[in-house]
Amino acid sequence: MKAYDTVIGLEVHAQLLTRTKIFCGCSTRSGLPPNTNTCPVCTGMPGVLPVLNRKVVDFGIMLGLATGCRIAPRCIFARKNYFYPDLPKGYQITQYEHPLCEGGTIRIETGQGVKRIGITRIHMEEDAGKTIHDEKAPYSYVDYNRAGVPLLEIVSEPEITSTDEAVAYLRELRQILMYLGICDGNMEEGSLRCDANVSVKPAGSSRYGTRTELKNMNSFRNVQKALEYEIERHIGIRESGHEVVQETLLWDPSRGVTVSMRSKEESHDYRYFPEPDLVPVEIGEAWIDGLRSGLPELPFARRKRFSGQYGLPAYDAGVLTQTKALADYYEEGVRLLDRPKEISNWIMTEVMRILNEKGIPITGLNVSPAMLTGLIALIGGGSISGSMAKDVFAEMAATGDSAESIVERRGIGQISDETELLSLAREIIDAHPDEARRYRSGKAGLLGFFVGKLMKATRGEANPKLASKIMKELLEG
Amino acid sequence: MLETARQYRRNEKSPVEETRAFLEKIRRDPFNAFITIDEAGAIRDAQAAEENLKSPEAGALTGIPVAIKDNICTRGVRTTCASKILSDFVPTYDATVVKRLKDQGAVILGKTNLDEFAMGSTTTSSLAGPTRNPLDPSRTPGGSSGGSGAAVAAGLCAGALGSDTGGSIRMPASFCGITGLKPTYGSVSRYGLVAFASSLDQIGPMAPTARDAAVLFDAIKGHDPLDSTSVPRDYGPTDLDGIDLKDLRIGVPEEFFGEGLNPEVKAAVRSGIETLEDMGARVVEIGLPHVRYGVAVYYIVATAEASSNLARYDGVRYGLRARDVRELGDMYARTRAGGFGDEVRRRIMLGTYALSAGYYDAYYRKASQVRTLIAEDFRRAFSLCDIIAGPTTPVTAFRLDEMIDDPLSLYLLDIYTIPANLAGLPAISIPCGFDSLGLPVGMQLMAPHFREDLLLGAGISFQERTACHREGP
Repeated sequence: MKAYDTVIGLEVHAQLLTRTKIFCGCSTRSGLPPNTNTCPVCTGMPGVLPVLNRKVVDFGIMLGLATGCRIAPRCIFARKNYFYPDLPKGYQITQYEHPLCEGGTIRIETGQGVKRIGITRIHMEEDAGKTIHDEKAPYSYVDYNRAGVPLLEIVSEPEITSTDEAVAYLRELRQILMYLGICDGNMEEGSLRCDANVSVKPAGSSRYGTRTELKNMNSFRNVQKALEYEIERHIGIRESGHEVVQETLLWDPSRGVTVSMRSKEESHDYRYFPEPDLVPVEIGEAWIDGLRSGLPELPFARRKRFSGQYGLPAYDAGVLTQTKALADYYEEGVRLLDRPKEISNWIMTEVMRILNEKGIPITGLNVSPAMLTGLIALIGGGSISGSMAKDVFAEMAATGDSAESIVERRGIGQISDETELLSLAREIIDAHPDEARRYRSGKAGLLGFFVGKLMKATRGEANPKLASKIMKELLEG
Repeated sequence: MLETARQYRRNEKSPVEETRAFLEKIRRDPFNAFITIDEAGAIRDAQAAEENLKSPEAGALTGIPVAIKDNICTRGVRTTCASKILSDFVPTYDATVVKRLKDQGAVILGKTNLDEFAMGSTTTSSLAGPTRNPLDPSRTPGGSSGGSGAAVAAGLCAGALGSDTGGSIRMPASFCGITGLKPTYGSVSRYGLVAFASSLDQIGPMAPTARDAAVLFDAIKGHDPLDSTSVPRDYGPTDLDGIDLKDLRIGVPEEFFGEGLNPEVKAAVRSGIETLEDMGARVVEIGLPHVRYGVAVYYIVATAEASSNLARYDGVRYGLRARDVRELGDMYARTRAGGFGDEVRRRIMLGTYALSAGYYDAYYRKASQVRTLIAEDFRRAFSLCDIIAGPTTPVTAFRLDEMIDDPLSLYLLDIYTIPANLAGLPAISIPCGFDSLGLPVGMQLMAPHFREDLLLGAGISFQERTACHREGP
């Protein structure tokens, strides 16, 4: 088999977290009863007109700045004409010739290192409603609650050369959107949707192969599997001496195959033209500067800084910066207690375990950074042991109480009282004369046996260092 | 209108009586000016007006019965666009202009006839049948706001609203011997006007006199946050006493007096311009070299926008839906083929073609560029003159049985009115004389953006000097 290069370009639709829809005052809330979150504008009644929600432009500019795009000083909306029941006006208001942002990059990191993927354009548009087909009845139903919810479409350059890169790109983009607070990033619920253009060409060739467009990949796993499948399919077709047909395909996750949706001949002529009901959006420097100054530190930069500033392994930095809130949590902890690696360990194990168990974000955790560092300080001060601290943490997460109050309430401070430990140690040595003799005759390894007995006698509450010191002194003294 | 308002205040007339009298006339209307009469709503409005008249807030429109073209949405009152596809459509909201009229106490009598979706110049393509010209019922009132034109001319309302995309207010005003104003694009909200061609459509007043038109215009104009193309600016009231025409420069473009202009229309318009001169205005010759492309540009831009604007009539959410359909495509095809008339279908096809892949640059983009050149012509012209004067239409009202069935010839009726829409300029048609059959001739005046004050002012002054706006055939 010949070697092939893979060429992938992604088109991502991000549903924006604005309070209201893009062209009317309806809320963007989902999960409401069908057609209750609508008005004459978003249902395309005769005579209505769109009015642009400025927040959508804000969010688009923010993403443009975060990905190093040029922000158009003047951008215009266009109509994309096609008929479908969930499209109320018979056209979608989107952008065509003059998009909001052009020419940016997203840095991704895979096993092969860091790579820049070009962003061709980012534009604003409205979402359509949802068509619901009733298998039993001869009807279909349309719910327009989602019609007019704002979207950003982010189009990458065809510079992605593997499925791993595609997934890395998507993860990075999702993380940026979430850091900016403009999209919740939920792929399963459709607030982040990914379409892909895929083609293969003989390795090293400069001529692109015929591409197909993939839709309906609603998770990272599905993106990965669908792309792998489609690339193999392209190679298989070429290997058998046939031509790939340009078409749009749907990923069928249950069967694990791509299914033809429409051929090139059946593709729509969208008859784009400038939207006459909206005026061009003029974007001055002041508008852009205002948004730039409010941008958070972005995931890639923050990962790099975490590695450098706190001396964390790349893996730790990656986990801690998964969300902005988690990274903020970590940094607040480090600010309070200068033990970056210890805090990282705690977050990556105990904190993450609780979050996963409860299915909550870090913001929903009962334990504040100050409470966590309080606990870590207790371990360091020798008041409690590391294993005990895990129990204490679980109780902190359950009750919201501080480590100090739990330790005090449960009376589980470490026994650091030498007199008490000394008398217990004597009893243990008296009870094991054989072992004591063997130790004294040079079997030094038996110290662990005696310390273990002492720990057991104190139900683990003895300060382990102190227990070891006392035992040693008694046996040797 | 102002006289009626005075009589109301002196208790010589009451809005309810006045409204009942209009409703009675409308019921006996032989011209088919109305599609829907809202008797209950009108009486309710009139009763409210009677109360309001006792308060100091009563305005010039309180209790004045008006009619609304049936492509302007009225809450709870059927709005059909004279089309089968919307024959049962009842809007859930008022157009901004309707809301403003109601807020100022006007009484809405009903909805007037038009060419289907305002596409036409004769008011004959309506589902409700043709409207006849009150000055000669064998003739067309013009279109597409022919119902509003006929209603005003026949005294079935004190004034009316029309809409004008390529001349649909001015042309029927000219044919019916009344005054009709197409305002500056962006000065009157389009919210609630069922879109034909969004970048050209404007709502405007049609009334017996320029003064009445000014009262209506003042009531409906102004910025509307619901219409992004409406312009925020300070809209002062129009001076209802007219303006001094002394030293006003009247630009007369030779392009408006060329081939195709009926000689009697030409003579009447020339005499109208002479009257303006007699009143102190100065005539200057101007050139508008690109307006000869106006009709061609218009029928690309307007049909392209229409093809998109009318896509929403798909049978899914409201309006007509074809029955016993096999599948989705069949539902669309049969709903739209059965719901739209010939002219609407023709324009949707034309517009769809003009926007198609591979044709966009040759048609729509080129047309948009020429449109800019036309606007540029006017900008230059208005550095030489204050008002441009010419005929509104090349002919007077023609007989319905002599109806031109060639669409291209019909499209040429808009040759003088289309340029103002393409350039977004305000333009008014005022009666300036009659042809040998006694049919009215309209003179069109155009002004720079937002200078309706010049047009209405000149119209008011002109009508104080002449009598043709009051004379019948």
